[in-house]
Amino acid sequence: MSISISEDAIVKTAKRLSSLDALESEAIHIIREVVAEFERPALLFSGGKDSVVMLHLATKAFWPGRVPFPVLHVDTGHNFPEVLEFRDRTVERLGIRLVVGSVQEYIDRGELNERADGTRNPLQTVPLLDTINAKKFDAVFGGGRRDEDKARAKERILSLRDEFGQWDPRNQRPELWNLYNGRHTVGQHVRAFPISNWTELDVWRYIERENIELPGLYYAHQREVFRRDGMWRAVGEVSQPTEKETVETRTVRYRTVGDMSCTGAVESDAADVSAVVREVALSTLTERGATRADDRISEAAMEDRKKDGYF
Amino acid sequence: MSTAVETALEHSTLFRFATAGSVDDGKSTLVGRLLHDSKSVLADQLDAVARTSAERGFGGERGGLDLALLTDGLRAEREQGITIDVAYRYFATANRTFILADTPGHVQYTKNTVTGASTADAVVVLIDARKGVLEQTRRHLAVARLLRVAHIIVAVNKIDLVDYSEAVFRDVEFQLKQAARELKVDEPAIIPVSALEGDNVVDRSEKTPWYGGPSLLETLEQLPALADLETDLEAFRFPVQTVIRPQGAVAPDLDADAYRDYRGYAGQVAAGSIRVGEAVTVQPSGRTTTVTGIDFAGQELEEAFAPQSVVLRLADDIDIARGDLIAEAGAAGSNAQLPQPTQDLYAALCWLSPKPLKEGSRLLIKHGSKTVQGLVRQVISKLDLSTFADQPASGLELNDIGTVHIRLAAALPVDNYVNFRRTGAFLVIDPSDGNTLAAGLVESDHLELSAREDERYDI
Repeated sequence: MSISISEDAIVKTAKRLSSLDALESEAIHIIREVVAEFERPALLFSGGKDSVVMLHLATKAFWPGRVPFPVLHVDTGHNFPEVLEFRDRTVERLGIRLVVGSVQEYIDRGELNERADGTRNPLQTVPLLDTINAKKFDAVFGGGRRDEDKARAKERILSLRDEFGQWDPRNQRPELWNLYNGRHTVGQHVRAFPISNWTELDVWRYIERENIELPGLYYAHQREVFRRDGMWRAVGEVSQPTEKETVETRTVRYRTVGDMSCTGAVESDAADVSAVVREVALSTLTERGATRADDRISEAAMEDRKKDGYF
Repeated sequence: MSTAVETALEHSTLFRFATAGSVDDGKSTLVGRLLHDSKSVLADQLDAVARTSAERGFGGERGGLDLALLTDGLRAEREQGITIDVAYRYFATANRTFILADTPGHVQYTKNTVTGASTADAVVVLIDARKGVLEQTRRHLAVARLLRVAHIIVAVNKIDLVDYSEAVFRDVEFQLKQAARELKVDEPAIIPVSALEGDNVVDRSEKTPWYGGPSLLETLEQLPALADLETDLEAFRFPVQTVIRPQGAVAPDLDADAYRDYRGYAGQVAAGSIRVGEAVTVQPSGRTTTVTGIDFAGQELEEAFAPQSVVLRLADDIDIARGDLIAEAGAAGSNAQLPQPTQDLYAALCWLSPKPLKEGSRLLIKHGSKTVQGLVRQVISKLDLSTFADQPASGLELNDIGTVHIRLAAALPVDNYVNFRRTGAFLVIDPSDGNTLAAGLVESDHLELSAREDERYDI
C-alpha cells in the first residue's frame, strides 16, 4: 500500500513527536508519577535490555537529579557472570543502591526446591515478594512490555498486586487517559510498567539512538553451545549437554538475558546495535518464543506465573 | 531492511485506536486479520494459532486459522471463546506505528470502551451486517462522542454472510447516519468488511464493487492523529508532576556546585506549546512569571509541545508544588483560555463500577497530578441511549452516563473537556478501597453552568 504525504501535511504537522519520542515521553511521565505518589519505589534491574532502558529513562526523568530510588535484582544463582558484572558497574556509575534477593540462599536453606527441569525462573517469585515486603517497597518498576506475551497484553501500566503478589486479570482497574490510580491498601503493592507500549524493535531502536551500553552477550559472539528444545544453550556449570547432545562453537547472540538454565541463544551475525535493529525488524519469531524455555511450558505459562506474583 | 525503511521508521508517528463491538460481531477476528494481513504476526504465534485451530476443528473440513486466537490471551478467554479485558496490540506500517486497544463487548462494555477510547485518536466500531445498529452500537457512538475521539470509523462486518449485498450495507449505512445526526457527530467513515475472509480490512476487496472507499487499514493510515489536530490550536497546559531540586543529590556525571541551586518543574505538556521567554500563570495561586529555560536530560530546548515530558525553569521563585498547573498567561482578550480554579465541578461521568453512585456520596477526584475529596451534591441527569436525550436521575449505575455536580474540598484548575482532553478529564476514586469508579469529563465552565443549572444540555 502506498500512501503519499502531501507537502501541506508536513508543514502543518511540524510540531509532532516521532513514535520513539512519544513512547519515551509517556514512559518518563509514568516514572515521575510513580515516584511522586509512592513512598518507596524500586526498579527491577537484571541487566537485561528492558531494565537497562528503564534505568536510562529514569536518569532522564530526574536530570539533573539522581535516580531517586534503588534497583532490585532477584539473582537466580544461574545468572550470566558478565551480566552481573555489568549490573554492578552500572549501579556504581549512576550512584544508586542495589538490593539483591537470592534464589540460591532459599535453596540452600531448603525453603525452595530445585525443579526437575533445572529452570530457576519460576523460583524467583518468593525471594522477590519477600524482598518487596522486607524493604517495604510499595511500587516496583518493571521493564515488561505488552508485546511480549498475550497475558501481558492485558495488564495495566499500574498493576495492583495483593499480599501474595498476585495479579487478578479479571478485576483490573480501568486505566483512563494518562491518569494513573496507584491507591493501594497496606500489604498491597503496585507493579509499574512504563514501557508497556514499546515493542522489542522500539527498545532496540531506542538503545541505538541513545547509545545505551548493554551486556556484550546481546551481540554476536562465539560461544560453545548445544541444541536443546530448538534453541542454542550455552555450555556452563548449570547447563551441561547430555550424551546425545553435541557441543559446537557457533556465532550466537541472546535476545533475552535471563537465567542461564532456560535462556537460549539465537544464531546471529549481528555484532553491533544497528545490525541487531535490522535483525529484529526482519525477525519471524517473537523473542520469548525464540529464546525462553519457560514460556514454552504451556500457552498460558506467563499468565500463570503472573497470577502467582511473578514480574 | 532497506535504507528507505529505516528512514521511514525515524519519521513514523504513533497512532492510537480502539475497537468497540458487541458480543459475537467478530472483533477478535477483525483484529487478528488486521495483524495477520499487515504481516505483524510472527511465525511462532501463527504456529500456535494453527495448532489450536486444528485441535478445535476450526473451519470444519476446510480447515483454516481462527484469527481470534491471536488476541485472546487469558486461559478463560480461550476456554470460553470470549474476550475478558482490554488488550493492547502493536503493529506498524511504513509511516505509522499503531497502538490498538482491543476492547471486549460484553458485561463491562462501557468500562472497556471508555478505557480504550480515552487515549485513542480513532475508534473503530464494529457492526454485524446481519444485525445492523444495536443499542450497544449507539452506546459506543455516544462514548466516542462524549470522549471527543477525533475519528469514528464503522466497520460493517460479516458482509460475506449477506452475500456482499449492497442493499444490506446501504440499510446499515442509513441507520448509522441517522444515529450520527441524533448524536451530533460527524458522519463516520463506514466500511463493509469481512474479518473472516479479509475483505476491505487491509486490501480492498473485489467482492464489493459498489464500495469505492479505502480499506480499514488505509483509512487508519490516512487520518490525522489527535496531537496533529490539536497542538497548534490549544493553549499551553502543564500539570506539575514533581519539583526537581537535586541539592546534594546531583547526577554523578554533573558538577554538583553548578546545580546546587537548580530548581525545575517536571511534567508532561498536556496541551499546546511553550517557548523560553513566554509568560505563564501558575494555578491555583494565579501568580504570573516567565519561562527562563526548558530542560530535557541535559538538553536546553527553545520550545516544548504536547506531549513532551520536560522540566521548566521559571524566573520568579514562587511556591509551586506537585498538583499545580502551569498555563499560558491570560493575555488581554484571551482570558477565556485560562483555567479557572473551582470548588464546584459540573461534569459528565461514565460510571464504571458495580457500586452505584448516590447523591451525598464522598469520593476522591484525581485531576492532573492532584487528588482532592469531593461530595456529590446532585445527580442532574442520565443519558437515555435510545433517544440520546437526558433524563432526570438521582443516581448512576454500572455503564450509565450522567451529569453531576460535585463539591470539592479544594479548588481544582479545570478546563472544559471539549477544549482540553487532558486537563478536562478526571478520575473518580472510591476512598474506601481505592478503586476507580468513574471517568469524569468537565462539562463546562462552572460559572456558566451554575447560571443555567436547570437547563438540559447535550452530552
